[in-house]
Amino acid sequence: MAAPSRDLLRPLRLFGLFFRVGALNELQYRANFAIQIFQSAIALGTGLAVIGLVFSQTTELNGWSQPELLAVFGVHILMGGIIGTVIQPNMIRLMEDVRQGTLDFVLTKPEDSQVLVSVREFRIWQAVDAIVGMVVLGVAVAQLQVGVGLVQTLAFALTLVLGGLMIYCFWLILTIGAFWVVRMDQIVEMFEGVYQSGRWPVTIYPGWLRYSLTFLVPIAFAVTVPAEALTSRLTPETLALAAGFAALILAFTRWFWRFGLRRYSGASA
Amino acid sequence: MSLRAPMTSLAPATPPPPPVAAVGRARGLINFYLASIRLAIADQFQYRVANYFYMIGMVAEPVIYLVVWSTIARQQGGEVGGFTPGEFAAYYIVWTLVRNMNIIFTPYGWEQRIRQGELSGMLLRPIHPIHFDLGYFAGWKFVVIVLWLPIAAVLTLLFSPELDPRPIDVAVFAVAIWGAYLIRSVNYWILGMVTFWTTRVGPIFELVFTAELLLSGRLVPLSLMPDWAQRFADVLPFKWTFGFPIEALVGRLSEAELLGGLAMQALWIAIGSIGVMVVWRFAIRRYSAVGN
Repeated sequence: MAAPSRDLLRPLRLFGLFFRVGALNELQYRANFAIQIFQSAIALGTGLAVIGLVFSQTTELNGWSQPELLAVFGVHILMGGIIGTVIQPNMIRLMEDVRQGTLDFVLTKPEDSQVLVSVREFRIWQAVDAIVGMVVLGVAVAQLQVGVGLVQTLAFALTLVLGGLMIYCFWLILTIGAFWVVRMDQIVEMFEGVYQSGRWPVTIYPGWLRYSLTFLVPIAFAVTVPAEALTSRLTPETLALAAGFAALILAFTRWFWRFGLRRYSGASA
Repeated sequence: MSLRAPMTSLAPATPPPPPVAAVGRARGLINFYLASIRLAIADQFQYRVANYFYMIGMVAEPVIYLVVWSTIARQQGGEVGGFTPGEFAAYYIVWTLVRNMNIIFTPYGWEQRIRQGELSGMLLRPIHPIHFDLGYFAGWKFVVIVLWLPIAAVLTLLFSPELDPRPIDVAVFAVAIWGAYLIRSVNYWILGMVTFWTTRVGPIFELVFTAELLLSGRLVPLSLMPDWAQRFADVLPFKWTFGFPIEALVGRLSEAELLGGLAMQALWIAIGSIGVMVVWRFAIRRYSAVGN
């Protein structure tokens, strides 16, 4: 295992370096950009159709108006784009490396192994979703007709970063499971299925499910809380809870990564 | 979803030409199906954890729809579009079984079959390759249903569905889920074969999946859709794979509608089978075993 670096910016620099290489690699396949736009458009159209269908039958859903739900939808797409660009590709690669024994190549490098496995793969065309999400958010905010001030914007950005970190931890914890259960490819479908629940504010779900979607799979923190920040529903308590839980899950993930690594026995070598 | 088409010699030990008699051929086919089913059960049961992950992701979808529409029904004074929360619960819990029955060979799997030359081995067998997919995925259902039972029990406890089918509803449902499986199998075989002509299949597939999501009764019961969408759904095969089997069991159909629905399923199976035969003839000419 690599010696831990004292330089706190080093992970960010590694991230930047790998991101450049990944982007250059993907830029070779420009047709994929057009395909991604097309697929994002289909997903957007479907989502809007569902919201339209819901509001053809009712005027509000559990206290959320149509523009507010549109904001939730926007955050959902945005976060989905971030996950698809940065988080998921790395985790899928890690899963394959564990199965094939090629994780050796990471472990022998003189860098922090957790940082390395988290920054190796990028799907830059997926970032189209992040942009689509921001456009939807913009439309929603315009429809809300309440000013979104500096405080709300800052709170939104902060909760978005915290939410992204929690999703990353959640994904990594699941992926570390590959050290025990070798075949994990269905995890992607599981995550994508469960992630769809974030399209609606978690407050509509019954209690047991709401808690699961908050602390078991941190979708509430990743989507609903940022949307709350933007629609002036965020309480300081929720913000503190998000920060506290993010710190906790980050520390746990760190420990769990080291714990899981002990189970790894390079199958290829 | 497992894309691996095992390359083991599954071909039954039927004698090579001269051509076998029709009876021997039918028996060979039945034996082949039984072998494929047994293989799928043994194969998939090894991956219980993976299968459960898959099912959790799968169950999330109807639970979301169920919560959203039950919330609306309660807000609207107890029902929306003729559905109470209990009836929505019945609809979406039956949905989970129908969805499992609808797992078929994914059209995305064709890329691997063609690119890696897996199809070459399948072509060597003395029967059409679709029989292996039909048999294998039918066998997988037995594993999936065993794993599904506890999930269905939990969902029933959590959402208290109102389900009171007549015997004829149950009987039609039991046939209709297999009809749905066959319709979806042949249709997505046709769709998957597009891969013989282009590798940019993603957008085409996504378009079809989206049409299916909206117009099959998978997203919401079709009666909640606008009229024009319902009329559109009437002329497409999708609703016979989701909406019809579900509504057959939750008891919203008259006897005439039940039997008429089975007839429509038979019609779509026939159309799809002819489609598979025709497209396959042209598609296979474009195959040039890349890979091994």
